[in-house]
Amino acid sequence: MSEKKGKEMEATWKKYLRKETLPLPFCPGCGHGIVLSAILRAIEASGIDIKDMLFVSGIGCAGWIPSPHIRADTMHVTHGRPIAFATGAKLFNPRLKVMVVSGDGDLASIGGNHLIHAARRDIDMVVVCANNEIYGMTGGQVSPTTGLGVKTTTTLAGNIEPPLDLCKLVEAAGASYVARSTVFHLEHLISLLKRALNLKGFSFIDALSPCPTQYGRRNLYASAAEQLKDLEKRCILLQEASAAPPETLKDKVIIGEFVLRDSKQ
Amino acid sequence: MSPKIKNLLPPGNYFFEGNQACAEAALAAGCRFFAGYPISPSSEILERLSWRLPEVGGVFIQMEDEIASIAAVIGAVWAGAKAMTATSGPGLSLMLENIGYAIITETPCVVVDVQRAGPSTGQATRPYDGDIMQVKWGSSGDYQIIALAPWSVQEMYDLTIQAFNLAELYRVPVFVMGDAALAHLRESCRIPEEVEIVGRKKASGVAHFGTDELSGVPPMASFGEGEGLIITGSTHDALGYRRTQDSDIQQKLVNRLNEKILSNVGEIIETEEYFLEGADVAVVAYGIVARAALAAVKEARLRGIKIGLLRLKTLWPFPEEKIRALEAKKIVVPELNRGQLVREVERVAQAEVISVNRVDGEIMRPGEIVEAIKGVRD
Repeated sequence: MSEKKGKEMEATWKKYLRKETLPLPFCPGCGHGIVLSAILRAIEASGIDIKDMLFVSGIGCAGWIPSPHIRADTMHVTHGRPIAFATGAKLFNPRLKVMVVSGDGDLASIGGNHLIHAARRDIDMVVVCANNEIYGMTGGQVSPTTGLGVKTTTTLAGNIEPPLDLCKLVEAAGASYVARSTVFHLEHLISLLKRALNLKGFSFIDALSPCPTQYGRRNLYASAAEQLKDLEKRCILLQEASAAPPETLKDKVIIGEFVLRDSKQ
Repeated sequence: MSPKIKNLLPPGNYFFEGNQACAEAALAAGCRFFAGYPISPSSEILERLSWRLPEVGGVFIQMEDEIASIAAVIGAVWAGAKAMTATSGPGLSLMLENIGYAIITETPCVVVDVQRAGPSTGQATRPYDGDIMQVKWGSSGDYQIIALAPWSVQEMYDLTIQAFNLAELYRVPVFVMGDAALAHLRESCRIPEEVEIVGRKKASGVAHFGTDELSGVPPMASFGEGEGLIITGSTHDALGYRRTQDSDIQQKLVNRLNEKILSNVGEIIETEEYFLEGADVAVVAYGIVARAALAAVKEARLRGIKIGLLRLKTLWPFPEEKIRALEAKKIVVPELNRGQLVREVERVAQAEVISVNRVDGEIMRPGEIVEAIKGVRD
């Protein structure tokens, strides 16, 4: 890389990240750094001033994606409650551009009720679920999005509870925009984030993000890279899935845009 | 610091119930955000503010539960609002984790706790002083909050305004401890022409979460002002950065969160004294029970008993010095519970302490306190 290009890149990330908070605290191979990068790239591409943004996050590894790294207002709150805190801030100051970034345990389990009701109210905010399908920070316990048969520290013989499809839940609750992607499909994920940032109403993006430390090593992934590449095998684009025979979709994760309804219109 | 602002309602005497007075006081104090969840016996506050807040350009939302209500209040405060919620014992239990968040992030806010008989669902429409300890100790860790105990509809008004002012002065959650009887009692409430209001102490480009003083209260900023606020419920330094492994910062933060209240008890605590000079027996009471206590004290004095009343308007921080200074040989503490605040009185009193209780969901009658007083003297 040329020195000039390097300096340009540095200027760009310094606009968005607090240097004193780096390096990021995530484990080697964790997808959450990619989620952060996708969010910032989408903001840069959308021309939004980062200073106008408020990031609210909960407890768990994903709660540390924005806080305190992003050079904006950040609010790191109690477990499961970021959407409720964000609702208060957004209603009192509608000029704030609000994004909630949190994990599957935070948003789908302990905070599930707030997710449902913010979607029902169609509160103007973007909610990104950095979904690693496990409780990472507390030591790798089963979460509501953990797949059947997956080994975790509380399901040593394999998970017997079916996972929750967050996109279907949020769609049923009335959100304006519902989409899913993964950190493997980076450009796709960035395009969904850009779309969400430019819409009015409640936007939800389920962003699958691997956890090699707690999930990968207990479920026989040879490496973090292997787990990342597995996202490609597991996922199928909505357009392809619509044309595919249903029996081929068993165990497949569908990615794409499920609901697109701009409340501005 | 304390500008007088014109009241929203035309000044005069209103025939209000306690909950109405509380809602109007919040508006007069500058409250422009309310998030709540229906629960007896506090719901009239929620109902009134649902139409009154939009009238004054404020925001009202009925949230999905009490956890979300206090969360939305804290979020709105950091977006620049003066904000309040109202609940009762079971709802307060749900709010306590986020109240801890408000304490550690030094978020000024007001929580009205219209107490009812418990435990659990208990008797939802009956009065009780059930949350005196819950409000002080219910969240985790070591902290101080401020709790005020009105004894009349007028004080549901006055102390709600006071609660907003104290919240801003000390950046702390402040509780207004009503009860089912006071909430629905109707009596005259004087709305003054002007009320004294403490505005938010704000500053930019400074540390928003710490000062060098042990008992200091740092200034705040709001979202959207370009401050790049870093707010977290984890232990943090003066700039807001998480410092979860630093023992010095943990110690400094916890001590300051406590000392900013404890070093200012002289400014915070309010009590009223009746006939205490030369009294052999002192009654210490708060809330609606203090009304019965005053009637009982007057009656006992007619019978020649040297007795006085110390009425606590502030419950937390506990008015230790006022109790310690009592010269009476015996102290009677009537409460609508099995004896909660009496434990604090016992901790500091220089005299024998007698607890008088009522736990059947009825209010205390003056006669019961008179009987107790007679028993004490014998």
